[in-house]
Amino acid sequence: MRPFSYLRAQDAPSAVATATGRPETMYLAGGTNLVDLMRLGVAVPDVLVDVSGIASGTVEETGDGTLLVGAGVRNSDLAADPLVRRRQPLLSQAVLAGASGQIRNMATVGGNLMQRTRCPYFQDVTKPCNKRLPGTGCPARTGENRNLAILGHSDSCVATHPSDMAVALAALGAIVHVEGADGPRTVPMPGLHRLPGDEPERDTVLGQGELITAVEVPPLPFAGRSRYRKVRDRASFAFAVVSVAVALDVADGIVRDCRIAFGGVAHAPWRAETAEAVLRGATATETEFARAAEAELAAARPLPGNAFKIPLVRNVLVRTLADLAEAS
Amino acid sequence: MNGEAHITGPEAPSPITADLVLSVNGERYPITVDTRETLLDTLRERLGLTGAKKGCDHGQCGACTVLLDGRRVKSCLTLTVTLDGRRVVSVEGLADGDGLHPLQAAFIEHDAFQCGYCTPGQLCSAVGMLAEAAAGWPSAVTPETDAGVDLDEEEIRERMSGNLCRCGAYVNIVAAIGEVAR
Ligand SMILES: Cc1cc2nc3c(=O)[nH]c(=O)nc-3n(C[C@H](O)[C@H](O)[C@H](O)COP(=O)(O)OP(=O)(O)OC[C@H]3O[C@@H](n4cnc5c(N)ncnc54)[C@H](O)[C@@H]3O)c2cc1C
Ligand code: SF4
Ligand code: FES
Ligand code: FES
Repeated sequence: MRPFSYLRAQDAPSAVATATGRPETMYLAGGTNLVDLMRLGVAVPDVLVDVSGIASGTVEETGDGTLLVGAGVRNSDLAADPLVRRRQPLLSQAVLAGASGQIRNMATVGGNLMQRTRCPYFQDVTKPCNKRLPGTGCPARTGENRNLAILGHSDSCVATHPSDMAVALAALGAIVHVEGADGPRTVPMPGLHRLPGDEPERDTVLGQGELITAVEVPPLPFAGRSRYRKVRDRASFAFAVVSVAVALDVADGIVRDCRIAFGGVAHAPWRAETAEAVLRGATATETEFARAAEAELAAARPLPGNAFKIPLVRNVLVRTLADLAEAS
Repeated sequence: MNGEAHITGPEAPSPITADLVLSVNGERYPITVDTRETLLDTLRERLGLTGAKKGCDHGQCGACTVLLDGRRVKSCLTLTVTLDGRRVVSVEGLADGDGLHPLQAAFIEHDAFQCGYCTPGQLCSAVGMLAEAAAGWPSAVTPETDAGVDLDEEEIRERMSGNLCRCGAYVNIVAAIGEVAR
């Protein structure tokens, strides 16, 4: 590992001032992804700015029912928060579906959003990879791609975003608060994460040195009836093969409103707006749920190893919608 | 290739160090560390506390689990330089003198290990897990409606899923933890 200097940030503006204009300076939060990538030689910072102690480690409620989650809130505290569990159960469930108890105790909300793909070639510095070394090629297209994207990928990269929490936040339309050299700005989810296009080295729309300070979760009255369902290769402690985050509002057998996002299918959490549009006003039946899922997945372009993901995510979505409809 | 054996690349760059005070099992240790050093390496190589084990060094196995300010964490992904003034408890700190921690006694009683390599991590993880459940933290299998947490077998298995056991002693590990949980 390359030697690095370690600085503890006192507040967001001073962290940003330290990192801006210095691409080899990186923020350190829980370290559960960054320390591993440094050990693998994928990340080689010369300065680490520790932002885990910046005073933003709380979940606060603002007047209108909005929850403001500090970027430093640990994943386990977010999942256990009584307000989150009651109002946005899918967010608590998504966090609890990820990693393990120990890792959730370390991982922060900001770091979770900014974690890098688990594409095996990205993590192996002996292999080419357009995301790690732009222009070297994408061995995953013809290689090991069972766990990679079916939607929104490009010739240059077919990776998926690994976060479970981000999928729930995309469904909820969360707003990411960012501090940069020019002051604060906000980025609505799912717009934080990018599709790869011809710049796969950029996971998100954030610029160099920009720091996530908080995530705002706007009120969504029907999110009290919501669910995160994740399919993985073992019962626990594994990344998603596919996942769905769903909130459903049904009255008199008609879908009044819904929110749907997919995980494990694209370079970004995938907000299923086509499916949502099909469902609004439709009858809450499995036939309509399947029609919505198929409309969304019409755009899917599977890789040689992952065509199974299309029926899988379809079926998981239909089942989850049906369960939520039954419970209402 | 083909017998070429010249050395290229820069000299190994010199390490960058930092001073801090680490508290481990109630003892204060003023130390100077390489910023790259993990808590796992500090415990094992510097302080001679070899209870925490290096299984994978990537956060995937749980053998290195210790308690940090009372919470279970993976010491292989924790940089020591971040820990100035923090309190670490490793497996060596669980017993009270010669009196075993109830989980240690239960592991022996239930034959909850074979080679023992994962055991220190299992024990520290279980201590942290029981505190999390007592605080009412949910897990992925906790029913939404539940007020408290009932640590049945399914809950224990889910909550302990960050600790792998290559010997497959899971049945007895779950039984040992279950006995202490009740
Ligand atoms: C074995 C294992 C299994 C896992 N399984 C899952 C899983 O099933 N599902 C899942 O979702 N996740 C999983 N994870 C990933 C885990 O959730 C992430 O590693 C964690 O959330 C990252 O948070 P952190 O605070 O530790 O980030 P760090 O590792 O500290 O940082 C990650 C990245 O974010 C940047 N960063 C940190 N904070 C900020 C900020 N405030 N603003 C801007 N940039 C920032 C850092 O510079 C770095 O690039 C797993 C991890 C491991 C090791
Ligand atoms: S899919 Fe993306 S991350 Fe994986 S090898 Fe191709 S370019 Fe790299
Ligand atoms: S050695 Fe830390 S989790 Fe395996
Ligand atoms: S007892 Fe051998 S690894 Fe668990």
